[in-house]
Amino acid sequence: MRRSAISHQPSVKCRFLAAIGMTVLFGTLTLAAQDKPIVLKGGKLLTITHGVIENGTVVLQGGKITAVGSAGSVSVPSGAQIVDVIGMTVYPGLIDSETSLGLTEISAEEMTNDLIEKSDEIMPHMHTAEAFHAESTLIPVARMNGITNAVVAPSSGDTLPGQDSFIQLDGASASEMLLIRDLAMPLNFTGDERRNKGGFDKHKFPSTRMGLAAQLRQAFLDAQDYKSKWTDYDRKKSDAARDKKPEPSAPKRDLKLEALLPYLEGKKTIVLAAEGPSDLETAVSLANEFKLKFVLNHISHSQPVLDYVASLKVPVIVGPIYEAPKDDERYDTVYSLPAQLYKRGVKIVFASYAAHNVRNLPDEAGYATAFGLPYDEALKAITLNAAEIWGVADKLGSLDVGKTANVVVANGDPLDVKTDVKQVYIEGRAVPMTSRQVWLRDQYSK
Amino acid sequence: MRLLREASRLVLLAITLAGSAAVGQTSPPAARHDVVIKNAIVMTVTHGNIKNGAIYIKDGKIAAVGENVNAPAGATVIDASGKYVTPGIVDSHSHIALDDDVNEATSPITPHMMMKDAFDYQDKAIYRALAGGVTTSLLLHGSANMIGGQAIVIKHKYGLSRDELLFPNAPRSIKFASGENPKRVYGNRDQLPSTRMGNFAVQREALVQAQDYMREWDAYNEKVKRGDKDASAPKRDLKMEALADVLRGKLMVQIHCYRADEFLTEIAMAHEFGYKIRAFHHALEAYKVPEKLASENIAIATFADWWGYKQEAWDAIPWNAVMSMRKGVRVAIKSDSEDYTRRLNQEAAKTMRYGGATEEEALKMITLNPAWIVGVDDRVGSIEVGKDADLVIWEGYPLSSYSVPEKVLIDGDVYFDRALPGLGMTHYREGQ
Repeated sequence: MRRSAISHQPSVKCRFLAAIGMTVLFGTLTLAAQDKPIVLKGGKLLTITHGVIENGTVVLQGGKITAVGSAGSVSVPSGAQIVDVIGMTVYPGLIDSETSLGLTEISAEEMTNDLIEKSDEIMPHMHTAEAFHAESTLIPVARMNGITNAVVAPSSGDTLPGQDSFIQLDGASASEMLLIRDLAMPLNFTGDERRNKGGFDKHKFPSTRMGLAAQLRQAFLDAQDYKSKWTDYDRKKSDAARDKKPEPSAPKRDLKLEALLPYLEGKKTIVLAAEGPSDLETAVSLANEFKLKFVLNHISHSQPVLDYVASLKVPVIVGPIYEAPKDDERYDTVYSLPAQLYKRGVKIVFASYAAHNVRNLPDEAGYATAFGLPYDEALKAITLNAAEIWGVADKLGSLDVGKTANVVVANGDPLDVKTDVKQVYIEGRAVPMTSRQVWLRDQYSK
Repeated sequence: MRLLREASRLVLLAITLAGSAAVGQTSPPAARHDVVIKNAIVMTVTHGNIKNGAIYIKDGKIAAVGENVNAPAGATVIDASGKYVTPGIVDSHSHIALDDDVNEATSPITPHMMMKDAFDYQDKAIYRALAGGVTTSLLLHGSANMIGGQAIVIKHKYGLSRDELLFPNAPRSIKFASGENPKRVYGNRDQLPSTRMGNFAVQREALVQAQDYMREWDAYNEKVKRGDKDASAPKRDLKMEALADVLRGKLMVQIHCYRADEFLTEIAMAHEFGYKIRAFHHALEAYKVPEKLASENIAIATFADWWGYKQEAWDAIPWNAVMSMRKGVRVAIKSDSEDYTRRLNQEAAKTMRYGGATEEEALKMITLNPAWIVGVDDRVGSIEVGKDADLVIWEGYPLSSYSVPEKVLIDGDVYFDRALPGLGMTHYREGQ
């Protein structure tokens, strides 16, 4: 399976890239530690990896999960805070595989939005990490519903709009919350990226899908060319050093092309977005032409080619399943897509594709079960599957010893819309269960 | 095409329309058979749940409800063992089936725009909402204009002809709007209104003109009554006629309004001119002034949890519906969206979580309460004898993430059946 493990090491050996430090994992470097062990006792544990444990106990210590098991089998560390969670359901923090958290506050107010650069279709050197607003009012709202981690992506108007980040929804600052900068890069090929479509009065290239494809192909070719120039330079430079000759002059740096290199080298994942079969097949052939490592995104109207999708052996960020069917399609065509993909052995994850409505991510997973997706798979699609796709399954996505203590306590089924989340733990810290909305509620409840 | 809900809803909010409902009075086709739904958990909305209940439908109306009903032997039986039956969902704020003709955004006062003239009865969105359990919708104009036009009420009898989809004899509604949308649309063109002051000035001016218009006609009618044969009739003005109907109480006023201060200004305006406001739509700050809305008997049609898509939605909280309800406001959860109208049951269920609405209260917010807003609560919105047999048979408990409609009946006829192949439609012909 073409998996998309995200490299945590600086991804390139070339000096010019190493100097830029393109990929940095901040995960364990700067976060404040959990102060004392917490024992969640007596809850129904949805472990994801080893089933459901009724009357179970989870121990959170030093920011990690240090024990998971039936209440009788887990020993309580001394000095621990015991939290009675009898009657509650306990599950790993949920992961939203595409959001615009931290890039927007009020959708209609331009100055509060940093969603996308529309000046050009090819903008791989845009880093969402550099716009991420850690203090966003939206983050506590999402977090209170058990979303502890998310992918932050630029919005989709460009074919290459920039690079995603992977965040944790708690931390003292942006650098604490940004667990992975430049996690992955969207490549959008849905037709919506054509901004010059509509008649002969528009003269700017590209105005068609053909144009978009040619432009993308040229960008990757330019990046290949750029890479060989630098390889050549590095070789000449080391020859010069060996021969004690003057250093050759370095090629001019080009940030756009530099940004494409880790993707061209297959070190990072492209998130390949398409909707219908023809766009999907074009996008995939383009990705294959440059040997890009990719996961698929959306494919909401690709029902006729799901066997082809399965044959690609890549995961799919599916949906949103609320996308309207086409006029000749049955009402549940898109709702049932997750189940159809699962049946064919495709690994799926869900995303809210939202900012304000990130909190409703579990509702989408729940609704997919009404259209045939097994419950356990729906839950996995917003926990372990997402952690695997984003290369963080060693830290996130299940209640397992050694993983980061991102744990949610709720009064029931996480995928049911009526369930109320009572407490969220991130790195073992009990996150304050409040938001601007809670504050307003309380102001007007007096 | 990728769905960006938050972005697309802005477009919708900035843009919408309405028409007259007291038109097209073709009588609905009589139910071809008597129908009995048996062994269901019947959620009546007005008198609790009946555990092992039955509903007898005669001539498209609910003829009996209870544990046992007397039905003629020839009646078609629908066995709903283990299934739930609710009234059909009523969406009190929808813009589907209007083919993007929701705003005549060429003037801020367009009360004479009739939604019926734009109604696209073949829009598949009607079918998709039906498949989600919606049987009645209020199709409203957008909010580009302070006064957008006259709405229509439809039943989702997808596959029938245009006039057969119109809710017979539904009261007429007119859409007003306030706040950001009108001032953005016209302000961007350097026209009046570009502020909330401008918004209200434009609204007041139009209503004053309507008063003048009514006086002219009253004077003329008086002359005619006195036998003055030389009296010449004033010129008819469709715009003014519509506003006169507002002032005469013949049109129910539905106002798009977000902020608490604007509720108060709209209420003051209604008092100034002597009309009643039926409902504030969106009403995301209702929780700040619920007593005022309750004392004026103004309902709200609101979202369960949408927020932050524009400045005037910044103070939206998901507890709004229940906090307002507890203070006596009649609350409906509506969609304002081609997407959300397909699963309003889930949206209603959110009120059970945010504020602790009971099951019946939650269900009322998508049935009887929106029916009141639309003015058809005497005919739909609950499972009671004499009401239209608009019913949804759910595969599971409807107030959850998991339940979907199995069958949807309107006036006693099955219009949607999930078990059927293709679109799952009974009255629709391919190519229609």
